[in-house]
Amino acid sequence: MSSIPFSAQLINLFAAAILLLGFAMLAQRRNLALVNLFAFQGLCLCLATLTTAISTGQTHLFYSAGLTLALKVVALPWILYRLVRQLNVGGEAEALINIPTTMLVGIVLVMIAFNVALPISELSQTITRGTLGIALAVVMLAFLMMITRQKAISQVVGFLSMENGLFLAATSATYGMPMVVELGIALDVLVGMIILGVFFFQIRDQFDSLDIRHMEKLKDN
Amino acid sequence: MISVSGLIGQVFAIALALLLAPLLAGWVGQCRAWLQSRSAPPLLLPYYMLHKLFNKDVVLAHGASSLFRAAPFIIFGCMVLACAIVPTLSTDLPFAPAADALALVGVFGLARIFIALAGMDVGTSFGTLGGRREMLVGFLAEPALLMVFFTLAMIAQSTSLPTIVETLAHRELVIYPSLAFAGVAFTFVSLAENARVPVDNPATHLELTMIHEAMILEYSGRHLALIEWAASLKLYAYSCLGLALFFPWGIAPGDDFLALVAAIPLLVLKLAIGGFLLAGIETVNAKMRIFRAPEFLGTAFMLAVLGLLVRLLLEARV
Amino acid sequence: MDFFVLMLAIPLVSGALLTVVGERDWAPNINVLASLGTFLAAAGLTVEIVANGPRFAFGEQFFIDSLNVFFVTLTAFVGLTTSIFSGPYMRNERDHGRLSKPRLRLYKSMYQLFMFTMLAALTTNNLGILWVAMEAATLTTVLLVSLYRTPASLEAAWKYFILCGVGIAQALFGTVLLYFAAERVLGATGNALLWTHLVGVKAQLEPAIMALAFIFLLVGYGTKVGLAPLHNWLPDAHAEGPTPVSAVLSGLLLNVALYAILRCKVLADGALPEGYAGNLMIGFGLFTLLVAAFFLSRQKDVKRMFAYSSIEHMGLITFAFGMGGPIANFAGLLHMTMHSLTKSAIFFAVGHASQKTGTQLIENISGLIRINPLIGWGLMLGTLAILGMPPFGVFASEFMILTHAMRHYPWAIPILLLALGVAFASIFGKVQPMVFGQTTARRLPHAPAITPVFLHLGIVLMLGLWIPPYLTRWFHEAARMLG
Repeated sequence: MSSIPFSAQLINLFAAAILLLGFAMLAQRRNLALVNLFAFQGLCLCLATLTTAISTGQTHLFYSAGLTLALKVVALPWILYRLVRQLNVGGEAEALINIPTTMLVGIVLVMIAFNVALPISELSQTITRGTLGIALAVVMLAFLMMITRQKAISQVVGFLSMENGLFLAATSATYGMPMVVELGIALDVLVGMIILGVFFFQIRDQFDSLDIRHMEKLKDN
Repeated sequence: MISVSGLIGQVFAIALALLLAPLLAGWVGQCRAWLQSRSAPPLLLPYYMLHKLFNKDVVLAHGASSLFRAAPFIIFGCMVLACAIVPTLSTDLPFAPAADALALVGVFGLARIFIALAGMDVGTSFGTLGGRREMLVGFLAEPALLMVFFTLAMIAQSTSLPTIVETLAHRELVIYPSLAFAGVAFTFVSLAENARVPVDNPATHLELTMIHEAMILEYSGRHLALIEWAASLKLYAYSCLGLALFFPWGIAPGDDFLALVAAIPLLVLKLAIGGFLLAGIETVNAKMRIFRAPEFLGTAFMLAVLGLLVRLLLEARV
Repeated sequence: MDFFVLMLAIPLVSGALLTVVGERDWAPNINVLASLGTFLAAAGLTVEIVANGPRFAFGEQFFIDSLNVFFVTLTAFVGLTTSIFSGPYMRNERDHGRLSKPRLRLYKSMYQLFMFTMLAALTTNNLGILWVAMEAATLTTVLLVSLYRTPASLEAAWKYFILCGVGIAQALFGTVLLYFAAERVLGATGNALLWTHLVGVKAQLEPAIMALAFIFLLVGYGTKVGLAPLHNWLPDAHAEGPTPVSAVLSGLLLNVALYAILRCKVLADGALPEGYAGNLMIGFGLFTLLVAAFFLSRQKDVKRMFAYSSIEHMGLITFAFGMGGPIANFAGLLHMTMHSLTKSAIFFAVGHASQKTGTQLIENISGLIRINPLIGWGLMLGTLAILGMPPFGVFASEFMILTHAMRHYPWAIPILLLALGVAFASIFGKVQPMVFGQTTARRLPHAPAITPVFLHLGIVLMLGLWIPPYLTRWFHEAARMLG
């Protein structure tokens, strides 16, 4: 009944897993578990890229996969893990809106994303056309997470998860952007992460907390 | 078309369900005990229990109405019907046209209503409490279950369970991400519906946490036996449903008697593994507060919807 | 030596150099010298482009034509004057104990790196590299905004990072979509993100994808431009960062982000039905204009107030480019130049003023003209210029935008006039007591650098009265390229 090649099925599976992990992150209360989920999401992304690379034989996608592995599965989670440990913020991070509501909003976002992506997917010649919608959905879910969370760490994880979604769009849906671009993006993310790491300590020193509710002084009134 | 072999298969499946269901419950209990380093109860404990209860007299509460007495039979009947329409051994089931996947949800719902009514009938506070909680869980679990069935029905283009299972069992190996979502959602729903650990604990009588046990506190004798049996049948039905939908290999395609026979040991093996995994889930997780249950089931619902969406986006026109 | 390579190399090398040598007495001079070198290289490049026409660099990865060379010159020029201004300003900050030596080192090296990212973003031909450079610009400016490490500055920097991070992520998604569309025409080669290649096939790009891509790009880069409703980071970052940073943020970063949108608009216009991209920009522009004008009247902090004024002008410019056509594009480009020069001049004056009075609160600043007439007059004239008073260049560009709108989009006129009127009343009403009246200011150990203020205002005045013909030709050419 079907003729999609096995590699495309695998990529779809990984894409679905990335989406699922995006939801899991939305539902997760504990920062440490959030970092783990982020690492898993990176791993799925890496595997999806690797599958694309093998099935299309584009060498630069292998580098992309390697880059993802090094950066999103090893380096960034490690940095985050250490930050969480050192700043002692592994515990519960209460969300602004309760989790079931957030989930429902998330579902609506996924529907919107899928709807937006559907006409584009139909145009695509590539076998993994559906992943574009998933990528958009992951980006939107991460966006939602950044809005509803109050801890700086979870906002950053949301930001990085958004990057994951974008990477998925860049590698799987379009079979890879030019290598220069991918390198540049990866470098930016890494540098941004290091800057943020320094930043966290500054914020904690100034506010004695990583809760961004303390950061509401700047308002127009 | 009702064939003779189909009829035999049907009768055989029901008999097997009645026989195996308490065994499955006993097996899960035994696995739990092992995993928790307790000395395990005998595997056949549920049979002893049933035997003991059937031989005891029924004690009825003063305020009990006829509904209280009828409920165990209705519940038991519902569960037998459910077991009859779930393709356990073969997909050639003469009963199956009687109820499709959506009606199956209705059958479970009917049983739920009667057990909740019976719990409230006597008028004790525990019964009412349990009934209310049961309705809360059911109210959240049913949409999720329906969503799971919708996803599957979209894959198979039919809501009839044998057709779904047939489609899933005899396709070439295609990875359906939507099936993974639906599978996880179905697991969640099954845990909640069968009063298993993250939502309820079948082994507790702690008044603040129990749901299922609270409703049946007033039952005794053969009524209790029927309800216990029905509970194990429900677990069996859900397990078989899960196995048939998500691991359908080995289910006999139709009037093939040899395949039917071959399906039995495979089913037992799959149930044994499934029961062990269930015990594992129950051991690893702690029971959540009753107010977290909506969140748990909300997640299940969300996963099922996601499965549906993923099905629409990724696998449409495939 | 190639002017282009020099222009990119100088800020990059001097940024590294300033990190290595650390904070010395002569370090500000290196900063100024490097900026001067960059400016000279940019000027040389401009002469070359004007004489020989567009050129590539580094294969086809960089491309300089009459549109971006105009932004390059402007950027390098404002970069130079800001570095001159920041010398005495930063010395005063150090003497006040607000900044330590390592911070000053960080400031100078990040300033040069920021210039590098701006110039790279302007000159690149690759839309992917454009994104990378914009993101790098965000990162360097985050460090600059949080330079004081006060709670307020950290909060501002955090907001800036998160909001712009989200915005720029949308832009990346837009870029991916663009690549997706281009790949169908150009094939999966490295050329599919090169603007010069894309322009050639813009009519063949799939409209459904381009429509979505342009929305993402507009919202994404628009966050950096300060388009409402994603403008919240801008006032905070301007108010809490050091004043030279406010000047380059307003004067340069917003322009570069808008430039990125313009490049994308050219592609979207080719692929999409007439007016799709333009109408989106008109909508965003007018909304931004209105939001900014009404927030303007509520400001108490002088830098915040001028930050909102920047948002307002960005809205106006976006509106102008949204209308499209040679005249509106010409007016938009002119207004970008004018705004860039005027607003940085104002920030220079405001910086000195707030240093002299030790506060940024408008009610606590008064009588600037008594303690330092030049700063007082600089602020007054700058304010008059930015409000569009006649002899200055802003008047010319605003007039052109308004007349063009009157002819083609008459329904927008009430909105424009209302916003400009509200802005005029609130800004003028607040600046006037700051300049005149009883003084609250005191003298500072390091005399302020007045030259940049009057240099900028002088140019703005000159361009208001007379635009040199070669500049007109150049603007016209750029405006025509925008379609």
